[in-house]
Amino acid sequence: MTADRIAATYHAQLARRRAYGTVLWAIFAALLVAGFDMANRRNAGGFLQGLPSVLDYPDALISEAWQKAGALPGHMWRALPSLVETLNIAAASTLLGAIGGGIMALLATPGLAPWPRLVPLFRRLLDIARAIPELVIALVLIFVLGGGPVPAVIAISFHTVGALGKLFSEVAENASLKPVEGLESVGASWPQRIWFGVIPQVAPNWASYMMLRFEINIRASAILGFVGAGGIGYELRNAISWGQGRYDAAMAIFLMLFVTIVLFDQLTSVARNRLVRGQEHGEKGGRI
Amino acid sequence: MTVTTTNHPVHAMMSRKRMISLGLPVVVLAYLVYVAVAFDLGGLAGRARLDNGALLMRDFWSYKIHVTRDNRSGEISSAIEGMRNATFSAGNRPDWISGNQNFARVELPQGHVVDFAPDGLVTLITPDGRYRIRPTGSGIQTDFTDAPPNFSVSDNRFSADLPEGARLTVTRARSEVFRRHAGWELFFFDLSSPFYGKSWAELAALAVSGDRVDPEHSNLAGMGRDFWNNGIWHHGDVAWAIFETILMAFLGTFGAGLVALPLAFMAASNFAPLVLMRQAARRFFDLLRGVDALIWTIILSRAFGPGPLTGSLAILLTETGTFGKLFSEALENIDEKPVEGLRSTGAGPVQRIRWAVMPQVSPVILSQLLYYFESNTRSATVIGAITGGGIGLLLMQAMQTQKDWEHVAYYILLIVVMVMAMDWLSGRLRARLIRG
Repeated sequence: MTADRIAATYHAQLARRRAYGTVLWAIFAALLVAGFDMANRRNAGGFLQGLPSVLDYPDALISEAWQKAGALPGHMWRALPSLVETLNIAAASTLLGAIGGGIMALLATPGLAPWPRLVPLFRRLLDIARAIPELVIALVLIFVLGGGPVPAVIAISFHTVGALGKLFSEVAENASLKPVEGLESVGASWPQRIWFGVIPQVAPNWASYMMLRFEINIRASAILGFVGAGGIGYELRNAISWGQGRYDAAMAIFLMLFVTIVLFDQLTSVARNRLVRGQEHGEKGGRI
Repeated sequence: MTVTTTNHPVHAMMSRKRMISLGLPVVVLAYLVYVAVAFDLGGLAGRARLDNGALLMRDFWSYKIHVTRDNRSGEISSAIEGMRNATFSAGNRPDWISGNQNFARVELPQGHVVDFAPDGLVTLITPDGRYRIRPTGSGIQTDFTDAPPNFSVSDNRFSADLPEGARLTVTRARSEVFRRHAGWELFFFDLSSPFYGKSWAELAALAVSGDRVDPEHSNLAGMGRDFWNNGIWHHGDVAWAIFETILMAFLGTFGAGLVALPLAFMAASNFAPLVLMRQAARRFFDLLRGVDALIWTIILSRAFGPGPLTGSLAILLTETGTFGKLFSEALENIDEKPVEGLRSTGAGPVQRIRWAVMPQVSPVILSQLLYYFESNTRSATVIGAITGGGIGLLLMQAMQTQKDWEHVAYYILLIVVMVMAMDWLSGRLRARLIRG
């Protein structure tokens, strides 16, 4: 009798939950379909007209590059300095962003911040820095400073401060305060407490996030190059605008960019796994 | 003695750590110095256009009203930023401009006055003196020799930088003076609107009880329409552009989620028994991710042309790679016990996935989708600037005209607000979904 009632209630609940689920899925599917339809209508070319020719461009690129395969190493060698520039933009802005983000994270972490009352202020500042796309700052700075890598570095660093600052602060919140208190009891100043008490605890996770960011920043710096901030993106833009007959040069740059992104993607993923696994190892007492 | 021996390895370790903690900053510093040299940071000061920067900062928060005399026809007009569609009529002209079609007196800050005479003579009156500039058929003539340092005089052009950002220029073709005002001009209503130039109190009174300005609409509807169709700021188009950017992010993110989920099963070691299939799926994800949104955008815009669909598909392809990797990791980390339990009741593979696997992974998947939705709003802004859609395109166009800096400031503000709103929304939804 009671069991029946419980079963009935359970089934009613289940049916209601399923109905909710179905309705949510229907709304989601309708939004997706309507959205694609709207995007399709506002696009210059339609999806169905364009679909047959979607492989034409890659096909033309690859077949022309295949015919002139001998010229590819030469193109790559010529574009190498700009690839190095792109990597330098990414690395410098990751470093600068990590330094700025680390400082901001410590100022925005309750318990570690030297001015606890200002923690909300620094958090909002991080939110704003994170919300500004690199492109916006880069375009403004290109107007003032002229084209080149420096606007890109400043723009990406600014965004990186916001992105890493938030992640760093989450890591620092979980750091043990015992070493900090120990250092405080022997009269260490705030920078000393942070440098000797907090940084050793958070370093592996911070480094892991930095590597993730480095990989993201390589992509970002390639895109910024495309709008005029130097590096491989700028070369790519030029190579594309030459058009047919010079597809081998464009293909060489496409290939370089692809290989670089895949390479750093794999490298950082291996390095991050090792860092995080090494840390777990340490927590289990495997290391001093 | 014993203490010293036990101390020895500890000291060695400490000195090694000290080396690292000292050496690392040195390496970082050395690298940054190398980059500074490679990027020619020293030469940047020479190349930087600081005047551009100053102009931009001033234009971000202020606007100019130009008073222009066409020296060929002798006609005098006043307009905001010199825009044809923002030209004042005699009725709504600011009160510091007086005169008529042939003669004008312009009062500038700090006791400066500029007179345009009917015969073309321009007189600049400053607290220190009176300067006459006359445009002629071949150039300009002036009646003074000792020009103050804020003047620049040549045979063809006279210009004077006056206080508070005002400036007078005289050439053969035209004489022009402008004065700066704080704020964004015509932000709410342009000059064609009957509501232009009214104070907040007047507008509120009109909205609530006043007589109808246009008998066909209520005043509130009229204000809404005039604001939406503002000919200078185009609020309606800007709202559309923001919607388009969010649409690109939405379609790209959630479309990628739908495509990536089935593929992720093929890449997860506990679902795909064949190593070959697993490797193929994983390399496919690496390919999608490695090609990157930039290259996808270029390839797709060749086929589909510029627009939001191209941007959506570029995000969709890149994120299919990202989600494929993330989802397959989530699938590999599930608890096998519910799966075993269902298997013991005779459930088939589809039922096992539906009732044992999905409940475990769906919070992770949803949370990642929402997280990437926010981040892709930013990507959609950038991709829009390349592929021609959304607020990114508007920003790019406003930058390229190098004139409408107040519009640039407005778009930047809107982008920041949009991304922060998406961040907030995605955070709220994630918190609710994960709690249940």
